[in-house]
Amino acid sequence: MSSISTYIFAFLVGGAFCIIAQILIDKTALTPARILVLYVSAGVLLGALGWYDPIKRLAGCGATVPLCGFGAGIASGIKKAVGEDGFLGIFRGGFTAAAAGCAAALVFGYIAALIFKGKPKR
Amino acid sequence: MDINKQEYKKLVKKTAPPSPVFKNCIFAFLFGGAICTFGQLLFDFYSAVTDYDKDGCYTLVSITIIFITAFLTGIGVFDNIAKHAGAGTLVPVTGFANSVVSPAIDTKAEGLVLGVGAKIFTVSGPVILYGILSGTLYGVILWIVQLI
Repeated sequence: MSSISTYIFAFLVGGAFCIIAQILIDKTALTPARILVLYVSAGVLLGALGWYDPIKRLAGCGATVPLCGFGAGIASGIKKAVGEDGFLGIFRGGFTAAAAGCAAALVFGYIAALIFKGKPKR
Repeated sequence: MDINKQEYKKLVKKTAPPSPVFKNCIFAFLFGGAICTFGQLLFDFYSAVTDYDKDGCYTLVSITIIFITAFLTGIGVFDNIAKHAGAGTLVPVTGFANSVVSPAIDTKAEGLVLGVGAKIFTVSGPVILYGILSGTLYGVILWIVQLI
């Protein structure tokens, strides 16, 4: 069972990541797709610098559920893989870490496309 | 008051605050925070009922939220929530999942290979590409540091 403080920080940190993105959307010309790319890359950077683990320990899902957590996961996957496999790890680690999220989104997306009727864009 | 739509829009524009940024931020904060808190609840659930370690449970949380997003996108509810939540549903894994599911559903009519198969990556493709690219760059640096 997570402590109450983890829940509070999950809310605050997760919400704070969203506020930053909302300001970027409202104040700059960044489209949502660019925000997502920015967040995943920033997550890799924060993970590489070792700054994301403390956030994760503090906020739990407030750090892992936002897309920067996905990026930080890629960074830690790379680190682990390069430590174990050396050169090959550079190419193995990223997709290994991203595998579950990507596979889940693709599989559920495909199934949803088969089941539900869309509204074709003009 | 008897006014038509256009007059009403003008009236709203005049009386509404000049910038909705503050309101948007509050909504983004509340929705984003709520999704992450819900994730934490799921995490505790998976920690209790499975043997997976912490990282395994975090992954299960993401998969579950992706599944819920796919369902809500399919029944057309997600867009209505996202309209109010803004970045609150964009930044959590819900935004990534919706960016995969939504084009997949909308391009069904264009065929299962070049429609769904190709368009499913419209937004997620760039996300995966730049995630892997920056990760690989980090890997190269780590590898070089390891050599010396």
